[in-house]
Amino acid sequence: MGSGQHDPAAFLSQPCEHTRQVSAPAKKATDPQLWLRRALRMPYLWLLLFFLAPFLIILKISVAEPMIAQPPFSALLVWGAHGLQGIRATFENYSFLFRDGYYGIIVLSSLKMAAIGTVLCLLLGYPMAYFIARQPPRRRQMLLLAVILPFWISFLLRVYAWIGLLDNHGIINHALMSMGIIHKPLAMLYNDFAVYLGIVYSYLPFMILPLYSTLERLNVDLLDAAADLGARRWRAFVDVTLPLSMPGILGGCLLVFIPAVGEFTIPALLGGADTLMIGRVMWDEFFVSRDWPVASAVSVVLLLLLIAPILWFQHLQNREHEAGS
Amino acid sequence: MNEATPMVQIRGLSKHFDGVVAVNNVSLDIQRGELFAILGSSGCGKTTLLRMLAGFERPSSGQILIDGVDMTEAPPYERPVNLMFQSYALFPHMSVEGNVGYGLRKEGLPAAQIRERVAEMLALVKLDNLAARKPDKLSGGQQQRVALARALVKRPKLLLLDEPLAALDRKLREHTQFELANLQYQLGTTFVVVTHDQDEAMVLASRIAVMAEGRIAQVGTPAEVYEYPANRHVASFVGNINLIDGVVTDAGAGRATLRCEALNASLSVVCEDAPAAGAALCIAVRPEKITISRAAPEGQDRNVVKGVVRDLGYFGDQSLYRVRLSSGTVLQVSAQNLRRSASLTIEWDDEVYLSWEVASTIPLRS
Repeated sequence: MGSGQHDPAAFLSQPCEHTRQVSAPAKKATDPQLWLRRALRMPYLWLLLFFLAPFLIILKISVAEPMIAQPPFSALLVWGAHGLQGIRATFENYSFLFRDGYYGIIVLSSLKMAAIGTVLCLLLGYPMAYFIARQPPRRRQMLLLAVILPFWISFLLRVYAWIGLLDNHGIINHALMSMGIIHKPLAMLYNDFAVYLGIVYSYLPFMILPLYSTLERLNVDLLDAAADLGARRWRAFVDVTLPLSMPGILGGCLLVFIPAVGEFTIPALLGGADTLMIGRVMWDEFFVSRDWPVASAVSVVLLLLLIAPILWFQHLQNREHEAGS
Repeated sequence: MNEATPMVQIRGLSKHFDGVVAVNNVSLDIQRGELFAILGSSGCGKTTLLRMLAGFERPSSGQILIDGVDMTEAPPYERPVNLMFQSYALFPHMSVEGNVGYGLRKEGLPAAQIRERVAEMLALVKLDNLAARKPDKLSGGQQQRVALARALVKRPKLLLLDEPLAALDRKLREHTQFELANLQYQLGTTFVVVTHDQDEAMVLASRIAVMAEGRIAQVGTPAEVYEYPANRHVASFVGNINLIDGVVTDAGAGRATLRCEALNASLSVVCEDAPAAGAALCIAVRPEKITISRAAPEGQDRNVVKGVVRDLGYFGDQSLYRVRLSSGTVLQVSAQNLRRSASLTIEWDDEVYLSWEVASTIPLRS
């Protein structure tokens, strides 16, 4: 019989055996973790190559003096017969930016236009993401594909296509006038309206995707629980869905806001002469005025302005991560 | 409402999903202060029935009265009913206190009163020291108690519990089972527990409704359901059982004698209005009702068969035997190990007699 065959000594030694087995795999587990940590450093290498290096070049140009030369700025390092003779750097470009109110107004105007565009994307994207997340899984895939589909066509072409739609002689005005709804073409192109339209059109997928991913993970039992505890549908949305989709809202807003601030194509193609956006101003400084140092200084200031919300978002995420672990 | 009205009256309730019948013409009364269990395997319709009681699903036909008031069409937020979800469904962004107080805030109670009632409820479930924690910082057992407190704090007339113990490990489950039953007794609230776990239903409930294929197969106390199953399904779903098909050879005076080819034996069963000779009848016997012995059993009014022990499971407190009869049929037998002994009295391949009282034989008509 089974229990009679047990050697008491072997039985007593079992607990020790057990503890040894428990501690051994715990030690082993650090090895794959080490590999994981190494692999996680790869993106840093990427950032170093493709972000930090170009940024340092821009930073260098921003402290140079403009020159009529090729390239059109003074060198940072001054070389003599006996090697390096000195460093030539000036903060004149930065002080020019701050003295000249023009740039301040443009930065503020860019931030404002990007912010309004972001809010419009959010207002439009949230219901869409919510709707997609509530569909049966197969429909969801199709609808997500539809959201991403425009990326298959060049961004420039798509923005360009809007000119054909919005122009005084474009499709929309033509249709409205031939139907007799309006008698004079609506001014829809080359103004801020067209820029907002372009931003919403181009960046909506970047809002929908992070929103979708948080809404899709939302446990629907939570909404039932809220209803069970006395919340009507709208209340349950405000109390449960909205706060729990905050990471998606913040993520989507950053993904739209940051590129929209420096957007060049949309204001250049759809904006009017009075549309002030920093991307266009930088373009003009680089390629029209050929003042590379001032243009670089504008880029550096813009980057510093944009890093603030990113850091803030990261801080929030870390806090949430800590609370979650 | 007067005290005699059942807390829940379900009348002819059905629910169809795209032509599939999930709940089929269910009628059920649940009394005040009862701890009632709805037991069934997955897909039997018990969850749909629960969701209709909570107000998440609208019945296709039939009526639900709660405390005598028709609630068939009422939305969940207007019912005097609360549900403890199987997943607990705690709000992850709210503290324990926030979760428990949520329902009271939706009622619009003054803050001081909410604080008082939340504190009272947290003390009841012994979580008062964890009020400020977020749910993900709690163990499974603590989360379960938060979910319970959150559902109870609104003082519902009816508390629904969806598989309340399924997510807990075994040891905690046994402990929580008794705590839950005590709490129910203390509060006097009507509890309806939905579960697929027959042990849970047996230990917790004062009455059990066994569901199968959208219908109620039987309603009764745990002992009634176990000892007097209404049909084959209930008999085999609740506990272990040996089912034996036979043909009636003689019937009368509240008894029937059957010829059972599967056992190669004639058996007797106590059975009122037994079917006439020649009719088929299924009988059943629980493993613990069978006595196993090497010597021929004594005693009157017993069914006796002979077989060989093919399998033996020693569990300490009891042993399980699988005994093969000469016909090839295998019967399960369990025996309490009443005497302290390191050697077994019955071993593999022993020839044994199995016997049980005629009165312990269960006739099953369907």
